[in-house]
Amino acid sequence: MIEIKDVHKSFGDLEVLKGIDLDVNSGEVVSIIGASGSGKSTLLYCINAIEKINSGKIIVDGVDVHNKKTDKNKLRQNLGMVFQQWNSFPHLTVLENAALAPQIVKGFTKAEAEEIARKELIHVGLGDKLNEYPTRMSGGQQQRLAIARALAMEPPYMLFDEVTSALDPELVGEVLDTLRLLRDDGMTMICVTHEISFAKEVSDKVAFFHEGLIEEIGSPEEVLDNPQRERTQQFLSKVL
Amino acid sequence: MDLFTPLSWNDTGFILTGVLNTVFISVVAILVGTVLGLAVGFVRAESSKSVNILLGGFLDILRSVPLIIQLILFSTFIGAMGYPLDPFVAGSIILSLYTMAFMGEVFRSGFNSVPMAMRKAARSLGMSYWQTVRYVRVPIGMRAVFPSWLGVALSVIKDSALVSVIGYMELLRTAEQLISRTQQPLMILIGVGLFYFMISYPLSLYGKHVERKMEI
Repeated sequence: MIEIKDVHKSFGDLEVLKGIDLDVNSGEVVSIIGASGSGKSTLLYCINAIEKINSGKIIVDGVDVHNKKTDKNKLRQNLGMVFQQWNSFPHLTVLENAALAPQIVKGFTKAEAEEIARKELIHVGLGDKLNEYPTRMSGGQQQRLAIARALAMEPPYMLFDEVTSALDPELVGEVLDTLRLLRDDGMTMICVTHEISFAKEVSDKVAFFHEGLIEEIGSPEEVLDNPQRERTQQFLSKVL
Repeated sequence: MDLFTPLSWNDTGFILTGVLNTVFISVVAILVGTVLGLAVGFVRAESSKSVNILLGGFLDILRSVPLIIQLILFSTFIGAMGYPLDPFVAGSIILSLYTMAFMGEVFRSGFNSVPMAMRKAARSLGMSYWQTVRYVRVPIGMRAVFPSWLGVALSVIKDSALVSVIGYMELLRTAEQLISRTQQPLMILIGVGLFYFMISYPLSLYGKHVERKMEI
């Protein structure tokens, strides 16, 4: 379970998160929507300890993420993250990309790491690209590689930061299909997304962020079909 | 007895010694300069502004003062201090530092060429800072700057001719001695030029081969 309690985060004078409270239970899919600059991505970075927080607490399976004594590298093994840009390692093949972290971080042998990587790559539909270099693949394929690379660490949680927003429209579908696949596998996911219809389809909970606060949170039906807050209504009227 | 004697086959060994000495000091300078340059480039890429100003200033001096002046000053200074160094040692030290100064800037831009987002992606997989350096920043960054590295390495081979001014018997100094004995400068300098070409060209070819292999 991920517990986020009154989290504040500032960049200089700019307070990006102004007191976020959110619980994500195991097996749950939570989508975070909101305008650019509302703090959605920053929250994911804080959950993964890529960014420090100013106050509050983030607890993952009982571990206080921002405690100085917490081993951040170990913690991140449980929190797979996929970014807007796929960030494939261009010097490695698809298989090597996905096998690198299991090998050097988890200490698997090369053969073991490649076996895990192969399984995840086949799972996301890249079984025929194992020996290809990522720069020769489309954005959608590279994003699926990024997902498989994160999954190869076998994390119980996955964080997705606008994973389709850098893709050409015709490539969005294949990445969303991969996320649906993970939802069907029972993966716990937090998805920052602009794909409202996708959020409606896959989420157990949808949170609407506005200026560093959760303006409205609830089931997709509550937040997306019958929003109670004026700002949610305004946002949805612009994006739908 | 003749004052001048023409070039003969007996000079082959003398010329080969010059060739080997050029290769030897160039290899030492390129290897040491690359290792030190990697360290300097990494510190430059990662350090605060104040450290960068200090280190950058030192490197600027090494890069801006002509190599020939550095060689003469260092050799003279060390000698005056009562620690005269063998020309090969003194030459290797200065040529390596000179190479380091150029390599350092090449590697700094290599380290910086790996986008922050890619480093964060590596960290998000659980990699430690040093694992990210070792497995992501070095291989990706160094590939990006390989052509520049090769350019510096080829320059070092040619710059090694300047070590002759402190008495190191490399190819050019060998040639100078042969010229003064034979009075056949044109032929000898053409020959020396060919030798430099034969030393540099395989490295250049190897570089192209590596670049082709790295083209992904």
